[in-house]
Amino acid sequence: MKNLQYLSHKMPYLPDGPSSGKLIVIEGTDGCGRTTQSFMLRKWLEIQGYGVLDTGWTRSKLVGQAITDAKEGHSLNRLTYCLMYATDLADRLEYQILPALRSGFIVLADRYVYTAIARGIVRGADEPWLNDLFGFAVIPDLVFYLRLDVRDLVPRVLRSGKMNYWESGMDMNYGDDLYDSFHAYQGALIEQFDNMAEKNDFVVMDGREDPDTIQKQLRRVVGEYLKTPTSTAVAG
Amino acid sequence: MNGMTMPHPYPGRLIVVEGIDGSGKSTQLQLAMRYLQARGFQTFFTEWNSADLVKAVTKKGKKKQTLTPLTFSLLHATDFAHRLVHNILPPLKAGMIVLADRYMYTAFARDVVRGVDRKWVRRVYSFAPRPDLALYFDVPIEVSVQRLLAGRAQLKDYEAGMDLGLAADKVSSFKLFQTRILDEYAGITREYGLTRIDASRSIGEQQQIVRSLIDDMLRQYQPELSAQETVA
Repeated sequence: MKNLQYLSHKMPYLPDGPSSGKLIVIEGTDGCGRTTQSFMLRKWLEIQGYGVLDTGWTRSKLVGQAITDAKEGHSLNRLTYCLMYATDLADRLEYQILPALRSGFIVLADRYVYTAIARGIVRGADEPWLNDLFGFAVIPDLVFYLRLDVRDLVPRVLRSGKMNYWESGMDMNYGDDLYDSFHAYQGALIEQFDNMAEKNDFVVMDGREDPDTIQKQLRRVVGEYLKTPTSTAVAG
Repeated sequence: MNGMTMPHPYPGRLIVVEGIDGSGKSTQLQLAMRYLQARGFQTFFTEWNSADLVKAVTKKGKKKQTLTPLTFSLLHATDFAHRLVHNILPPLKAGMIVLADRYMYTAFARDVVRGVDRKWVRRVYSFAPRPDLALYFDVPIEVSVQRLLAGRAQLKDYEAGMDLGLAADKVSSFKLFQTRILDEYAGITREYGLTRIDASRSIGEQQQIVRSLIDDMLRQYQPELSAQETVA
């Protein structure tokens, strides 16, 4: 058991104390198969008897809907965009993630601060500011990064028929049509993820592999991690 | 994003008032606005917690009491950022005088008393431009309570800090909570060089001081031509 560690700013009112849970994060660009992998991993962990809580981006009770509405109305600027995501994560942190970790659950996070920071940087927000803003979050034990190049990503997203306004970064005026904008925006995001992966020792997975192969690799890494009782957290 | 430590580059001017509930800051700002308008200046008024973006969320969170110190702080920062971009920056860029009833210092005081990290909340607001004039209306807690209870029947839960569980009744809780906020404000006033005004003095006396501070601040101000034409 270890005490929870925070990225940079632990809120003084949050209690200290040991946590036997683990926070496992799956990151990756839109359309890389993250959610499928997370779902399969959960099932596998539960079969082995682990309590699992999954949590995902914009799923907070407090602001999840407000973010969806604001995006539809295109009423977010780069500051409020980042701050709304921070509020969403803070709400989930306090009502879902922290209680689950303290009770010994494995928390599977479909996206975490890294998505928010990458999107913020690409929208022109200051990187040190973003790091401080999200500094209230706990440091994950494992971060997986499902990596895809833009050229591999485009056909997947087109096949699924989901090249939408925000995932294409149309708010940034990269280009008139969705394709150009998507290409520029997702390319910039991938560059940010690559930087963060290097700095933070993410476990990088090749997103071009078929889902079963990726899942096998995920399970191997998670399985080994859970077997080592003295494992240390991934650095923020 | 180091707005707090550098003067802003815009042609307009930003005047902010700070102080606890019942300090009389809103009255003073209202009178200052009348003064500026009578002198022919273009003014723009904005207040804390008013953006449509998060209004419904904050209201719902307060009602259901699900807001934590952290989400409370972040929602107010979101609201502030929205108002900054929509209400504060455009008139500042257009050369107007922006009058803000509460500014980021309110968050520094309230959120820290609720248990948020002091350094963190300052970093969160580091995108905000530094005001040209920041007035802090310093009032003893007893005076503020008298004014509030005379003016309206009920104190609101959140301004009484009922979420902190300091006391069972609202008036006692308000006193304890606002006293802690006064302590934070004292530190903030030193840290950011706010101008302290003794808010236990009469409205007229305070307004005289406010107007002379505004006059000093506006000495270098070059208002838009349309505003100058109407100056008597």
